[in-house]
Amino acid sequence: MSQPILQIEDLGKRFGGVAAVADISLQVAERETLAIIGPNGAGKTTFYNLLSGRMRPTTGRVVLAGQDITGLPPHRISRLGVSRSFQINNIFTEMTVRENVEVALTALRGDSRRWFNLASANRPVQQDAEALLERLSIAELAHRRAGTISYGDKRLLEIAVVLATEPRLVLLDEPTAGMTPDETRRVTALIRSLAASGQYTFLITEHDMEVVFNLADRILVMHRGRQLALGTPDEVRRDPEVRKAYLGEEE
Amino acid sequence: MTGIAAALLNSLDIGLLLFIIAVGLNIVFGVLNIINFAHGALYMLGAYLGYSCMNQLGMPFWLALAVAPLAVAALAVLVDRGMLRFIYQREISDSLLLTFALLLVLNEAVRMIWGTGIHVVEPPAPLQGTIVLPGGLNYPRYSLFVIAAGLLALAALWLLFNRTRLGKIMRAASLDRDMAQLLCINTRRVVTCVFAFGAWLAAMGGVVAAPMRAIDPGMGDKIIIESFIVVVIGGLGSFPGALLGAVALGLMHGLGGRFLPDVNLVLPFIGMALVLLLKPHGLMGTGGKA
Amino acid sequence: MNSKTYGAVALALVAAGLVALPWIAPYFYIFIATEVLILGLFAASFNLIFGYTGMLSFGHAAFFGAGAYATAMLLLWLEWPLLGCLVVATAAGALLALVIGFFSVRLNEVYFSMLTLAFGMMAYSVVHQWRSVTNGSDGISGFSVLGLGLGIDIPLGDPSVYYHVVLACVALAAAVLYRICRSSFGLMLRAIRQNAERVAFCGLDVRRYRLAAFTVAGAFAGLAGGLIAPFLRIASPEMMHWSMSAEPVLMSILGGTGYFLGPFLGAAVFVLLETWITSITQAWMLVLGIVLALMVMFFRHGVLGALLDRRRESK
Repeated sequence: MSQPILQIEDLGKRFGGVAAVADISLQVAERETLAIIGPNGAGKTTFYNLLSGRMRPTTGRVVLAGQDITGLPPHRISRLGVSRSFQINNIFTEMTVRENVEVALTALRGDSRRWFNLASANRPVQQDAEALLERLSIAELAHRRAGTISYGDKRLLEIAVVLATEPRLVLLDEPTAGMTPDETRRVTALIRSLAASGQYTFLITEHDMEVVFNLADRILVMHRGRQLALGTPDEVRRDPEVRKAYLGEEE
Repeated sequence: MTGIAAALLNSLDIGLLLFIIAVGLNIVFGVLNIINFAHGALYMLGAYLGYSCMNQLGMPFWLALAVAPLAVAALAVLVDRGMLRFIYQREISDSLLLTFALLLVLNEAVRMIWGTGIHVVEPPAPLQGTIVLPGGLNYPRYSLFVIAAGLLALAALWLLFNRTRLGKIMRAASLDRDMAQLLCINTRRVVTCVFAFGAWLAAMGGVVAAPMRAIDPGMGDKIIIESFIVVVIGGLGSFPGALLGAVALGLMHGLGGRFLPDVNLVLPFIGMALVLLLKPHGLMGTGGKA
Repeated sequence: MNSKTYGAVALALVAAGLVALPWIAPYFYIFIATEVLILGLFAASFNLIFGYTGMLSFGHAAFFGAGAYATAMLLLWLEWPLLGCLVVATAAGALLALVIGFFSVRLNEVYFSMLTLAFGMMAYSVVHQWRSVTNGSDGISGFSVLGLGLGIDIPLGDPSVYYHVVLACVALAAAVLYRICRSSFGLMLRAIRQNAERVAFCGLDVRRYRLAAFTVAGAFAGLAGGLIAPFLRIASPEMMHWSMSAEPVLMSILGGTGYFLGPFLGAAVFVLLETWITSITQAWMLVLGIVLALMVMFFRHGVLGALLDRRRESK
């Protein structure tokens, strides 16, 4: 049994007297897709913040491929192969779509330390950026200002930037939020093909149950910051606690 | 012994005055998320207006103390409604730039109106001269008044923030502006009020400080740097932090001025640098994460 | 002719005009032009941290003054050639920026603005009080610029000769600065300004990049200071005061913080404005403040922004 890519032990975060996240313990296998569901306020984003270094946990450990990354700053964790998207679009709105990806690639390659080259003539980075945009079907937007493209395309750009840093573990925070059914289908198909390529391990928080059951190998159900259930989609569907607390509220 | 006692009283004196100024800076930050760079200039304006009220309009000290800060607060309302309101939604640096522009304007305006010379204000008659304290120390009456006034202000402000509805509104608005708006708190009006209140505090400090120090066009610069140091040491946005920082700075001036006169000037900066190294958010700060 | 050719032609004309200035313009304008070039470099160095990296510093004059004092001291005590002084001035600016920057970039932008103002004024106070070394409020003067260095023998005392030296230095410095801005490092800085968090999540230690930008900016400001001391024949504490720090801020906003040449244009407008206003009134700072307020409120993108953005939008 190969080493799990992510090992989480008793992870928790308190703000004053309130526990936003508490007692999360689980393991994520490499190349698996784990969906995280739960009502708003269940602590999903805080959970991501703890994993990606945006917040420091008050209790517990996070181990990435055998390395303890608990409490490390975001840029260190990113370098170790974790990349995340945000619920609210977190891109460079004044740059072109291609430049957005170029920034991530430049950072990855260490080109960011070059002071006298001409960034606009960095062909390798530009070509790789275009390839990535191709993969996400937004190549034709390459020279548009990122702030002017549609919402759905912005979310796709965000995913492109996330993938540009060549992560092993990808945390997607509600990737299909606010998308039309068509866009949702596109993104779902895209994530499925990326997952199938075997390059990435995905954690996906979602509200859209169809997407979840379509993509997930396993599902983690969170409720009030705690772990309510963890298992395959069928196991979760049948879990009485889950039905009581969550699926009932959803629809 | 009397040397140390005098130094300590001086520290308290300076510290409490700084506290009043720093609190004004802090609450503006709390609600607007900006530092008002013109805060020191408002303090100076208060002092100059107080001077004019007393020496040119013949008002008694107590009346000037009431009138001058109100005039400055009115000016602050104008600034907020006329300038800040428009760039509020933009990036923070635009607001910072505007307060900086205000600083330039006020500094020069003071110079133009009152000239570049030094003006002197006498303390009101009952507070003139010195008094002999237990232990044999001869201490100026007015300085004791400043200490008393400072303690009173401390108590009043604490009550305001923690026990009144207005205080709760201010704290709510500073923690989550959108939520406060949802709750139908007129945040725009709160912002104007808080900005004016901050200016009022600064100007009040100016009038109180006037009889103690010479009034000159450079006093605004001096106090703003000091209040920055206070706020950095104590922590931006923290009320007890402002007190801690002010006392720390007061001690540095009072004791430093007495025992380490050569490094007295850079001592506060060194203190600030140390805090930045060890506790970047200030000794009691919560905000300011990069 | 498309806009790029327009730009290149305009630039070439300006460059030619600058070189030929002493022969085509009245004597007075040599002084104006020298001042504009030096302050333009000063403002451009500020814009590296503000327009590009998104950090608003109110203490940039500290590095400018450091360069001025370094040059003045070397000229007065050791009679070094000018080029040597300029190298030291640049290093002095960089070193001071490294120290001040180390403390200032740790926290958010509000703290940063506060701290740069405070540390800048600390530098001013030190220089103002330290009579034994810096001659206090009188400043350092009484030096003369003898030689350029590298065996080049030209009469630097002649204003038009000094002007050409300044032109050469500023042009070279601007070229280097431009190169840095357009490099991958510069791309990172622009990204940091737009979304520092995203850059961190791409794996970069944002603080280090901010400090690097701040230090480079300090170096160029020091160079500008090194050029101004022989020009004004003095290095005085006022060169480090926050009112001096306000100048590159206004110049950059006047010209346009979004453009590399914005600060240079802003410097030209500023100096001409100052020359005109100070002939009418003493209250130059007042006008400065009002202009800054108006620019921020209504013309945030500056002259170049107002001219060029409209073109871009209509595309």
